[in-house]
Amino acid sequence: MNSALGTTANTLDVTMALAVGALFAVGFYLMMQRSLMRIVLGFVLLGHGTNLLLLVAGGTPGPPPVVEGKTPHPEVADPLPQAMALTSIVITFGLTAFLTALAYRSWRLSRHDEVRDDVEDRRIGTAQERAETADDTGRIPGDAAARAEGRQ
Amino acid sequence: MLVLLAAHLGVAAAIPWWARRLGRTVWMVAAVLPLATVAWASVSAGRVLDGGAYQESLSWAPRLGLAVALRLDALSLLMLWVVAGVGALVLLYCRYYVERDAGRMAALLLAFAGTMSGLVLADNLFVLYVFWELTTIASFLLIAGRGETAEQRRAARQALLVTAAGGLVMLLGFVVLGQEAGTYRLSTILVDPPRGGLVPVAVVLVLVGAFAKSAQLPLHGWLPAAMVAPTPVSAYLHAAAMVKAGVYLVARLAPALAEVDPWRPMVLGVGLATMVLAAWRALRATDLKLLLAYGTVSELGLLTAVLGIGTRTGALAGAAMLLAHAAFKAALFLSAGIVEHQTGTRDIRQLTGLGRRLPVLFGATALATASMAGLPPLLGYLGKEAVLEAFWHGTVPGNINHLTTAVLVLGFALTVAYAARFLHGAFGGPPGRPTGAPRRPQVGFVAPVAVLAGAGLVLGAGYAGTATVANAYAEGYPAGPQGSYALSLWHGFTPVLGLSALSLILGGLLHAVRRHTLAAAATVPRLPDVQGGYDRAVAGVDRLAVAVTRHTQVGSLPVYLTVLLATVVLVPGAALAAAAPSLGSPPLWWSPAEPLLAVVVVTAAAAVVAARHRLTGILLAGAVGYGVAGVFLVRGAPGLALTQFLVETMTLVVVVLVLRRMPARFVHGRTLPRARLLRVAVAGAVGVLVTCFALATSAARTAPAVSSGYVRRVAETGAHNVVNAIVVDFRALDTLGEISVLLVAAVGVVSLVRNHSHKGAADGGSGEGRRGIFPTAHWDEPRQTWLPGADERPGGERSVLLEVATRLLFPSILVLSLFLLFSGHHHPGGGFSGGLVAGQAFVLRYLVGGRADLGVAVPLPAGAVAGGGLLLAAGIGLLPPILGGVPLESAVVTWHLPVVGAVKFATSLFFDVGVYLLVVGVTLKLLSAVGVSLGDAPAGALGADREEEGSR
Repeated sequence: MNSALGTTANTLDVTMALAVGALFAVGFYLMMQRSLMRIVLGFVLLGHGTNLLLLVAGGTPGPPPVVEGKTPHPEVADPLPQAMALTSIVITFGLTAFLTALAYRSWRLSRHDEVRDDVEDRRIGTAQERAETADDTGRIPGDAAARAEGRQ
Repeated sequence: MLVLLAAHLGVAAAIPWWARRLGRTVWMVAAVLPLATVAWASVSAGRVLDGGAYQESLSWAPRLGLAVALRLDALSLLMLWVVAGVGALVLLYCRYYVERDAGRMAALLLAFAGTMSGLVLADNLFVLYVFWELTTIASFLLIAGRGETAEQRRAARQALLVTAAGGLVMLLGFVVLGQEAGTYRLSTILVDPPRGGLVPVAVVLVLVGAFAKSAQLPLHGWLPAAMVAPTPVSAYLHAAAMVKAGVYLVARLAPALAEVDPWRPMVLGVGLATMVLAAWRALRATDLKLLLAYGTVSELGLLTAVLGIGTRTGALAGAAMLLAHAAFKAALFLSAGIVEHQTGTRDIRQLTGLGRRLPVLFGATALATASMAGLPPLLGYLGKEAVLEAFWHGTVPGNINHLTTAVLVLGFALTVAYAARFLHGAFGGPPGRPTGAPRRPQVGFVAPVAVLAGAGLVLGAGYAGTATVANAYAEGYPAGPQGSYALSLWHGFTPVLGLSALSLILGGLLHAVRRHTLAAAATVPRLPDVQGGYDRAVAGVDRLAVAVTRHTQVGSLPVYLTVLLATVVLVPGAALAAAAPSLGSPPLWWSPAEPLLAVVVVTAAAAVVAARHRLTGILLAGAVGYGVAGVFLVRGAPGLALTQFLVETMTLVVVVLVLRRMPARFVHGRTLPRARLLRVAVAGAVGVLVTCFALATSAARTAPAVSSGYVRRVAETGAHNVVNAIVVDFRALDTLGEISVLLVAAVGVVSLVRNHSHKGAADGGSGEGRRGIFPTAHWDEPRQTWLPGADERPGGERSVLLEVATRLLFPSILVLSLFLLFSGHHHPGGGFSGGLVAGQAFVLRYLVGGRADLGVAVPLPAGAVAGGGLLLAAGIGLLPPILGGVPLESAVVTWHLPVVGAVKFATSLFFDVGVYLLVVGVTLKLLSAVGVSLGDAPAGALGADREEEGSR
């Protein structure tokens, strides 16, 4: 079998590894912002980084994997990561469209292009105090009776 | 047995309906099943008492070795009599006691009777556990009632928490025990008990569960609190049956585990301490039920100790005492219930002189109380003698015999004292001060009390019968050193007789000087309040939960994401650093073009962060995408590069179309510099991690790539392009899933965007005003029809140059897309690329000619095109199995056509056509969604934006 598809170490070169890392870093940085649009952009960049990672880390590069004639070129690029990256690209497109629509919908509803803090989450933190003020009259059963008896 | 248990649950489910029809008679119906159980148990008794056993098993999950295994032996028989017998009497008693909500209570009581019977019959540890927790739930529901008062809810919750938590601990113990023994079958464990290893741990865990269920110190607080339940419930669950589950477990496992080290110290220490302290506590109670509840806790302590010591005499004594306690305590509770029902109170300080008014009840209660105090010839006396014997001559190692016996005598004396207090408090006193005029209870109301009290007399006087049952259980133990003890009312003048008398005298004295006793009690410093401990524990857990929630669930998405990413960096990052894999010797770059493209990609990405305008950001993100496509091309993936180019363009179009109505600039974040720094650090760390991870992964390859097989066998598919062969043939199922996802996403976009279409139409109305804002050029307004649908757009928005160009380009682009589709099998291209190219032709029509022109170009609904594509792809995939092949299989077909000649193609081409159609359909769908609902003209959006910005 040809050497390109054999056990070759380091299908990935340093440049691409750095580029992928940079895309991930920028993508996640944008996703940590409050602006919905920036989150979408962060997702897009993250998608690019992932697709690139799939291809460059998955297999050896080389001439396009198109078999002309009977014998394949001895050092063609690994076709499987390409097929997977293809799938991944299309799915990323679908998700990006969906996220964008989601951001748009959120903007339509609230007129804010911003991820607000979840008020309900905050309310959970104060649930106890609110419950205590509301339910102060709840007496303690056997204990109260027992204490009353203990005193007599 | 299985039938009996199932019948219990079935009838319980039906009872609420019957209760409405039958009224009070429903209690009689409910009592039938427990009576039948008693009858069945009595019929089976002969064989069981001869040492045999009945077994039944229902296979549940055979692969896991789980079976609902039931077994009736002597101990089970004893418990079954108690459970079903007391159950039947309590149900009959309820006929007179319960005034409302009878259906629910009858159903729950019957269901409890069923589950409790199951518990005592279970022969598998897991089955036992399931029934155990079912009784806990029944208890919870019965205590809570309809949950009308805070007191009921609270007591029910406490009972549930304590016993269920104990149950969980016990389950853990069961698992340890089962693993050590190699089986979860109880009878097998008893025959061949496990030793060593983790068995001591299992013992501790199981005992904790048993103590929680049987209300042993310091977990007893729930039982007195549970007295808010109706009295029959207290009598049945919290005196006779459910609380005996823990005692039953101790009795069941003692023959196997009593020799394991922490067993004896635990059962003796906890049991005897509970007995004395709870009895002392009962002396101070003024509520009849509370007095009985503490009495029950005390008796349960005694039972735990005596059944747990693991000697033959102890087992005999325990069995007799268990029977005696069930009979007299149930009777006393029921009696207290009658007193309360007839007088309206159960406070000792208010009740007086009832004994003369209700003589029958008084007589029966006195008999039961005497049994509790241990007076001959009652069953309580029989048990007490045996208990004293077991401890006096017991096999408990060391010198502790005398100490434990002394504690025991003290406990019995206190028992006598509170028994006297109960009887005197409820019925004694001068008759002069009437506490209202109590009505005489009906005969049927008092009968259960009388029967239970009478049982104490009959089983005591007829001790031979009692001894038979107790002996059958105690046979599991070897005879004690002093020979085999036999239950009997008279053993001659023995030290035990003296101790028994001593306890009676002491108890009598305590009662006589009760005022002084109570005064003395007041001076004794009170023990730490267990109830308070429980309250503090619960409140502490609540506070902890709130604090944790408050600190973890802050509601801020950036914070959540930061935490998630920090975790990603720390945990897998630490693992990566710890493993320190070789990064190999990666080349700096594969081709000289790569660094250039990398610079473009990274620069554009960095610029996205700095972008202030929405559109700038989108375009820069697009630039990153094109750069990535360039990398694909360089690395030998032209098909991928083509798709990436097209997808990027399509993304740009869709995103711009959707976002054109949103504000042009980003919202300025109010992020603190420190928080921003943290985000930069976290994101940077993730980037570094991904880089290292990628390098390590690609250096870690140990096996040849699987795709060499694809390259070798590509000729079988009739294709030259291996990637396309993978997509439509080798891994076609992946593709099918992928296009489904695409379709679903498109449908999602449509529903998200279109939901406000009516509102969008209203917004479009403002379009009239903005035409004045934009100066319109009329010089390139078309005079002829170049695009059929474009006439509907206002003249100012049309451009003859664009329309002519579109008219020329549109068919060419479509032809190109078809070329890509059909040549994809041999060259870069394929259904995706072709579909995307065609989709962009339609985008062009839409942008230049407007919505109406798009409609002219594609007269079909977008959904039909997309759905047709999916149907075609899936149908092609499903055709081979119909013809006797494998799904998604393809074949190479050659046709000889008249003019064209030989046409050779693979059937997977139709699959690719399906993909093509779906992508076109999805594009149309997205266009229709974002086009229709986002206003009729893009300019309108800009106008709206201006207005908005102006108003700020």
